Amino acid sequence: MVQYSPARLDASFAALSDATRRGVLEQLGRADASITDLAEKFRMTLTGMKKHVGILEQTGLVITKKVGRVRTCRLGSRALEVEAAWIERHRRFWEARFDALDQVVEELKEQEQIHGRKRKE
Amino acid sequence: MAANAKSDPASSKNRTTVERTSERELVVTRTFDAPARIVLEAWTTPKLFMRWWAPKSMGMILRSCEMDVRTGGKYRLEFGQDASNSFAFFGRYIEVTPHSRLIWTNEEGDDGAVTTVTFEERGGKTLLVLCELYPSKGALDAAGTGAADAMPEQFGQLDELLVTLT
Repeated sequence: MVQYSPARLDASFAALSDATRRGVLEQLGRADASITDLAEKFRMTLTGMKKHVGILEQTGLVITKKVGRVRTCRLGSRALEVEAAWIERHRRFWEARFDALDQVVEELKEQEQIHGRKRKE
Repeated sequence: MAANAKSDPASSKNRTTVERTSERELVVTRTFDAPARIVLEAWTTPKLFMRWWAPKSMGMILRSCEMDVRTGGKYRLEFGQDASNSFAFFGRYIEVTPHSRLIWTNEEGDDGAVTTVTFEERGGKTLLVLCELYPSKGALDAAGTGAADAMPEQFGQLDELLVTLT
């Protein structure tokens, strides 16, 4: 299971409260990109984009690496944790259903053992 | 023997797995220690279905259930505390193959999935594979999971983020 600390959650929520930053994550989900690419894509200044990426980087949602003069951005492990949490939420939902179904199935099995399969004969 | 198994369900519990196999598709698997006909009986008998489709931990109450389980037949499920505060799920069975497969639609909105459930019996156990195919990536991203959805608004933003990650 993915564990969240309240401080990390707050930082993540703050980072995600901005439409541009959510857009950047969406973009990086498709492919890594340089800050220059992102600034062009979102029609903003390099300085503005650096600020957004910096906020995402602080939460671990994005990781950046400078090679030569280009800073490349990609999704961080934090972003992957969020994805894992989505799957886990769905898994728990179905687990609750199927564990309850198990109980019904066990009862039907017992009834069938008690009555044999007389009804069908 | 049955009583022992029941008193310690955790030790004998089969694992539920969930995998997002594509942008629009979610696949759930679970094994049941019973023949397929018994699992099907629990799935296709309204009185029994109502006992497990909305377990307490989901925080949803299933008020009524009508199901005409045959190819072309309709179903209608009503959830909610009371009649004035209820919501319905409905659709049609587009395939019913005895003891092995059910396929149904979900038609209360444009984002409803087509659900295929196969029941594969092996040595007295049944492997159940449930596949939900949504009309779009966005529809699956937004798919509900009962009470877990009643979360702060920010969690919705996390969900929005997920649109990007798969």
